[in-house]
Amino acid sequence: MKLLRSLLFAATALISSQTLAETTLTIATVNNPDMIVMQNYSSKFEEETGIKLKWLVLEENVLRQRVTTDIATKGGQFDIITIGMYETPIWGKAGWLVPLDDMPDGYDIDDVLPSVRDGLSSDGKIYSLPFYAESTLTFYRTDLFKKAGLTMPEKPTWTQIADFAAKLNDKANGFYGLCIRGQPGWGENMAIVGLMGNVWGGQLFNPDWTSGYNSDAFKSAVKFYVDAGNKFGPPGMVGNGFNENLALMSSGKCAMWIDASVAAGFLYDTKRSQIADKVGFAQAPIESWNKGNGWLWAWALGIPSSSTHSGEAKKFVEWATSKDYIKMIGKEEGWVTVPPGTRKSTYESADYQTAAPFAKPTLVAIEEADPVNTTHNKKPYVGITFATIPEMQAIGNFTAQQVAAALTGKMSVDEALDAAAANSDRTMKKAGYIK
Amino acid sequence: MVKNKRALVIRTVLGWLIAFIMAFPVFWMTLAAFKTEMDAYASPPLLVFTPTLENFAEMNQRVDYVRHAWNSVLVALGSTFLGILIAAPAAYVMAFHPTKRTRSIMLWMLSTKFMPAVGVLVPMYLMLVWLDLLDTRTALITITLLSNLPLVVWMLYSYFKEVPAEILEAGRMDGAGPLKQLRYLLVPLATPGISSTALLCIILSWNESFWCINVTAVDSGTLALAIASFSNPEGYFWAKLSAASLASVAPILIFGWVTQRQLVRGLTFGAVK
Repeated sequence: MKLLRSLLFAATALISSQTLAETTLTIATVNNPDMIVMQNYSSKFEEETGIKLKWLVLEENVLRQRVTTDIATKGGQFDIITIGMYETPIWGKAGWLVPLDDMPDGYDIDDVLPSVRDGLSSDGKIYSLPFYAESTLTFYRTDLFKKAGLTMPEKPTWTQIADFAAKLNDKANGFYGLCIRGQPGWGENMAIVGLMGNVWGGQLFNPDWTSGYNSDAFKSAVKFYVDAGNKFGPPGMVGNGFNENLALMSSGKCAMWIDASVAAGFLYDTKRSQIADKVGFAQAPIESWNKGNGWLWAWALGIPSSSTHSGEAKKFVEWATSKDYIKMIGKEEGWVTVPPGTRKSTYESADYQTAAPFAKPTLVAIEEADPVNTTHNKKPYVGITFATIPEMQAIGNFTAQQVAAALTGKMSVDEALDAAAANSDRTMKKAGYIK
Repeated sequence: MVKNKRALVIRTVLGWLIAFIMAFPVFWMTLAAFKTEMDAYASPPLLVFTPTLENFAEMNQRVDYVRHAWNSVLVALGSTFLGILIAAPAAYVMAFHPTKRTRSIMLWMLSTKFMPAVGVLVPMYLMLVWLDLLDTRTALITITLLSNLPLVVWMLYSYFKEVPAEILEAGRMDGAGPLKQLRYLLVPLATPGISSTALLCIILSWNESFWCINVTAVDSGTLALAIASFSNPEGYFWAKLSAASLASVAPILIFGWVTQRQLVRGLTFGAVK
């Protein structure tokens, strides 16, 4: 009897281990450098667990469209998806994602930065785990500041930024005082414009969900953006997004650049940046209000409810977002390349602090980025430069076009923002937010 | 005489200028494919640089080029072969046995091309979910075939119309049925037109990206899907994207170069002339 039981146990164990061994997970991910590194090291996970991995790596916007189609139609193509802070709460609430509250103790969920954790949760449940996170920083040329006798405060104001830009600007010789995003898109120019709206005391929506774009505060912010962009920005700024500004800044053509904190790693990379030894970091600028000056974004791994391998998928998510993974990348690839912004322990690491001088300002920016308490006046939404509602993309993209038109002088800032507000109100009325 | 010479010079210069403008993006992409990322982003742009193959090496490391290329070949040839097989009888009937509604049916067929593909993405995706055909070459071949079919029918119809009806009539007198007329008379006479239709169809299928990106994932993606993984909103990617694009368009460019005489002959044979 004992022998029979042992045989049965052994057979069951063998079958279950074979099932696990034969499991193949399909992962859809974004092609950012950190994710490419993860893909390169994923063979270690395969060796450890016997679970096979298949990858679909796409550009951010293509991936978003592809994954949205699949998850909304319950296509079940993917076991793990890379999603951001915008999608996670909406999709979690819709029941499209598997909750990830039950991670094992060794995972140490409390080590994940609270602001990032909150941004990936809905109704108290976390629906995706962060792979890397970012906020906003001001990057500036320390050599030029020193030469001009200027000092960059830890947290400058936009007025100070404009003053510095005016002193360092040399447009005639192809050198620009200030580089910021101009390319229209809810995640492009509206990211920076949204931050400016916040620190001027504005907000995206009023408490009754009417638009905040046509408020005096928002209009002043956009007037400043248009004015500074045209005076100190490069020609054709309306076509510049993150990459174009990165190219300008790293080739020594900008005195200051305000953008995603992830850029610090690129600018500090001696192989790719001509200004690696002369770049400084400060917090994103404030103005009359001192909150909402930096966005909060994370790329995170989630599991669609339609996955038939959610147990195995959780194992991978746990592996890729763990402390051990960060340590492994630090050792193998160098600490400067570890995925930033997710865990307290990363920033406590002496190795990381030595390798990445931008670690401290990045941590401060991420910790201060609060998607709930952001604006001067009360707001009805969660989010800093966007509201986590399904209508945001359409509203943001329309507004982005209007702001771009104002930047190129096709219409005035007042006209642009009045049109944006009217469009926003129309959309929100149709969606039932405005009664 | 002098006037004619001047007109010839102007026409030649204009022709070269247009050719240069059309070929410039491919030329620039080729240059960027052999640059480092820093050289690709250099301002002013570099024409002289030390060439490197590192972008191709990285492309090969990140995507399975051979698998994607094989999928592209299967989808292009499969959809073209099936397309011609379905369109030829349809075009034959429309060209030689028209009814009152033939013209409106043809216009309706062509009008389906006016609708943006994204308009039918969700229903098409749901159908593929139900049929369990997501991420399969069967799905991609079928969709590509269907989207090219109106154009193929139109082109074959135009070429068939060039064939004198009397020849088919003579065939009928000798007892040839519709299939025999098609096989032994029409197809041999319209071979240049059918060939150029097939060539055009292969090129269109090879370049199709919307459906490939939206209904395939890891198993049946063509080279279009491989390219889509190289652009990046945060980071340097121009050189790598150029390398991936060059590796993807090179086979079809070579194919077009080799078959250009056939293609031009076919295009000037039918109604496209």
